[in-house]
This record gives sequence, C-alpha cells and structure tokens, in this order.
Amino acid sequence: MSTTSNMNLTLKVWKQKNKDTKGKFETYNAKGISPDMSFLEMFDVVNEGLISDGKEPIAFDHDCREGICGMCSMYINGRPHGPKQGVTTCQLHMRSFKDGDTIVVEPWRSAAFPVIKDLAVDRSSFDRIMAAGGFVSVNTGNAKDANNILIPKPEADEAFEAAACIGCGACVAACKNSSAMLFVSAKVSQLALLPQGKIEAQQRVWDMVHQMDEEGFGNCTNTGACEAECPKSISLENIARMNREYLISTAISKK
Amino acid sequence: MSNSGFLKSSIGKKFLMGITGLFLISFLIVHCFVNALIFINDGGHTFDLGCEFMGTNWIIRAMEIVLFAGIILHIFQALILTLDNRKARPIQYDSYDGAANSKWYSRWMGLLGTLILMFLIIHLSHFWIVSRFTNHLAHTKEHALPGQETMFDEMKETFENLWVVILYSLSMVSLGYHLLHGFQSAFQTLGLNHKKYTPLIKKIGVAFSIIVPLIFALMPISIYMEWIK
Ligand code: HEM
Ligand code: SF4
Ligand code: FES
Repeated sequence: MSTTSNMNLTLKVWKQKNKDTKGKFETYNAKGISPDMSFLEMFDVVNEGLISDGKEPIAFDHDCREGICGMCSMYINGRPHGPKQGVTTCQLHMRSFKDGDTIVVEPWRSAAFPVIKDLAVDRSSFDRIMAAGGFVSVNTGNAKDANNILIPKPEADEAFEAAACIGCGACVAACKNSSAMLFVSAKVSQLALLPQGKIEAQQRVWDMVHQMDEEGFGNCTNTGACEAECPKSISLENIARMNREYLISTAISKK
Repeated sequence: MSNSGFLKSSIGKKFLMGITGLFLISFLIVHCFVNALIFINDGGHTFDLGCEFMGTNWIIRAMEIVLFAGIILHIFQALILTLDNRKARPIQYDSYDGAANSKWYSRWMGLLGTLILMFLIIHLSHFWIVSRFTNHLAHTKEHALPGQETMFDEMKETFENLWVVILYSLSMVSLGYHLLHGFQSAFQTLGLNHKKYTPLIKKIGVAFSIIVPLIFALMPISIYMEWIK
C-alpha cells in the first residue's frame, strides 16, 4: 500500500452531552491525515488537537480496534461503519476518503440505543436480550470428552457463521425500522442449530423476541439493509429461521 | 410460551402482514384470470359470463367478504407497523444513504401501498359499487333490461377516458413494485426460507410482479386503443 500524501478533511460530528439533552452537529478540521490511518486513529489525532487546545474531545466508543469487539459504533456518511462492506469503523482506513472531503459522523440512532455522549451509545438493550434467553442451561460437572456429541459439519458451520455476530448494532443502525432482528436471529440460531441448544430452543426464541420488542426496536420489513451492512456478513436466513422457530413455538405451546 | 402475546409481538404482526399479503396475491391471480377473458375479443361475451359466475356463486361472494377483511387487516397492520417503526427511531439521521444497502421499493412499501389503496378506492367506485349497489348492470346482454348494460360495456365506457387509463397504468406500476419486494418478503416473514427453494421463489416473485400488473395494465390500454371491441 503506497503512502500517498496526507489529507485535510472537514468533519461534521454529532455532539450530545447525554441522553436527556438535545444534540447538534459541530464542525472540526482534521489536518494532515495519513491515508493509512484507521478512521479511529484519525479521531485520535483530532482529539489530541482538541485537548491541546483546551477543548473538549469527541467521545466515541472503541476497544479492540481489530473488528472483534463491536464497540466502534459510528454512522459515517449515511452508513454504519462507513462506505466499506464487511468492516467495522476501526477497520476502515482513511484511504477510503479523498483530500478535501466532508465526512458526516453520527451515533447509532435508535430509541433502544440511547446516546451516552456524542457518538457513544448504550447498547445494553442487547445484553438484556441475551440475558433473557441467549444461553444454554448446563449442569457443570466433570469436563466431557471431546466429540461425544457428534455434530454434522454443515450445521456446525452454520452455527459458527451465526456466532460470528459481534453485537455491534450496525444492523439496527442501518435498518430504516431500527429493527434488531438480524442480531437476535443470529443469537437464536447459533444455539438452536446445535444439539446442546436445541433443547431449550422454543422457550429461548420466545423469551428473546419478547425482550427485543420490550426494548423498543422496530419491526423488520425485510429490506436487507442489515445483512448488507453487517461487518460479519450475518445472513438473512437467520431471520427466517427465527421467525419459523417463533411461529412453531407459538403454534405448539400448551398455554 | 403462550399464545396471548403473539399478535402483539413483532413477529406476530409481521405474520399477519405476510399472510394477508399472500392472500391478496392469490386474489390477484383469480382477478387477473377472469378479467383477462376480455382478451378473447368476442365483444365481452365470455367476460360477462365470467362476471356472472363471480357475482352469483356463493363461495365467491363469501370470499369477497374475506377479501375485504384481508385488505383491511393488511392496511391496519401496515399502519401499526409503520407507527411502531417511527417510534423506534425518534431522531432521524442527518445523512442517510439507503440506496447503498437496500432497494428503494423495499423502503417505500408504505407509500406504494397507499398509492394502491387510493387506486383501490377509485377502482371500486368504477366497477364494484356500480355492480353491487345500482341496478345499472345486467349479467349478460341477453338478460339486459332496457337501459341496462353489462360489465364489459361499463369497462369500455370507463376506459374511454385517457386519464383513467393513465391512472390505472401508473397504479399497476405501484402494484408491481409493491409485489417485487412483497412477494419474496412474505415468504421470508413466514420463515419459509430454504437454500434450494428460496432462489426459485425470488424468481417467481419477480416474474409475477412484472406479468400480473402488466396484464392488468393492458386491459384499459387495449380498450382505449380499441384493440378490443
Ligand atoms: C392488492 C393489494 C396488495 C397486495 C397484493 C399486497 C401484498 C403485500 C405483500 C405480499 C407484502 C409482504 C408481506 C411481508 O413482508 O410479510 C406486503 C407488505 C406491505 N404492504 Fe401490501 N399489498 C397490497 C396492498 C397494500 C395496501 C393497500 C397497503 C397500505 C395502505 C399496503 C402496505 C404494505 C406495507 C406497509 C407492507 C410492509 C412492508 C413489508 O413488510 O415488506 N399493501 N404487501
Ligand atoms: S448481526 Fe451483524 S450488524 Fe448486527 S450486531 Fe451482529 S455483527 Fe453487528
Ligand atoms: S473497536 Fe472493536 S470492533 Fe472496532
């Protein structure tokens, strides 16, 4: 990757004190940005400048900076995690932009993701959905031998692909309805596809869907925006599976 | 698990949307088939017989009630879903690039549906009201009393007006786009997704969304152009 000359950019960034105050856009100049920086590193540079000027830095979430933790929620130029597919914001490089560009950066906008500060949002609604059913109840005894429950490779692969979801919330951010169905369906599927998870599958899908509704996420209309923007390419097939499991779970419930 | 919360749940609401949508699709097939009888071009004779059957057969008349219930339910659910979804994003994005990740017609289903609804109201007032609530129409020419016409005559008169023909044709474009998303979407909603069959369902959906509205649109056009007499 050849290093071309550094860029000067204009940032229009959402500033908001906390969830109860109204936010607004502020404009910042990002000067001398290397095309090889990640988007977050560009923010670090801007923030260092702000701090040395005695101004308040821009608050944003991040942790792993390698696409696995799902913290770096930023809605960049109208798309979650910016213009590239299959990446998180920390994996987005400044070479995706041109010198002189104006970049609009907003937080995830969803009633279920209240803004903590500026670009950082509270995604604990996802945690509550997980707590409602995203687990397998096991009695912990002695460690079992490996491979004493055989799992067909295709199913193991499908479960693995669903389990790749990092809970970043880009699906919600991308969806015009703020629906969390891609996330919830991935979490329902990663367990429902495996023998250990199948046993509680019906109760699980019921509990998780109802928690999702309670948190105030919208209703899916199958636009497919979530799948297109998901950094882990979680498939819409998972949503169909969740719907199917939910419908069956309702139909055969004894209550 | 219990059935009580089902229709209030997101998936339950979507289920109603999908089921009523598929039901309306099945209605379109029948409606399109009967009306296409005008293309036999026999002065409306076969078409009028078709209308007589549809107007007198009690199963069809009972289904008419189910159909109205289906449409009302579909619209009602559409409204609830739309309001819910608005609430789920109280502050809109300042810059939003929907075209980057989804088809425009999948994002405008509510608008396309509203256009279809406006068309339906006009369409019902053109034909259904006249046939059910006035004495103006006879089933066939042989049974017509003095001053009475058949449905085919009524159709010819209605489609003499160029604006009506344009309205009908444009409405069929809305229907086509509504179905282009809706057809496959309904299967996905009902959980009917399969590695082998879903690609086929999508292809059938595309074909259906083009062919059926096109046949419908050709009816007013053919009559206006006097291809059908
Ligand atoms: C002959 C008339 C109609 C047919 C055949 C039809 C068909 C469909 C189908 C198959 C779906 C997909 C359901 C799903 O995804 O589960 C759908 C969705 C929808 N329809 Fe209709 N519809 C018709 C009329 C209307 C009308 C009159 C309205 C509104 C006033 C409307 C509004 C909507 C909305 C908002 C959706 C939700 C979008 C989605 O979930 O994909 N439709 N329709
Ligand atoms: S499904 Fe994809 S976009 Fe949604 S939370 Fe999981 S990884 Fe993020
Ligand atoms: S900071 Fe962990 S995924 Fe971006």
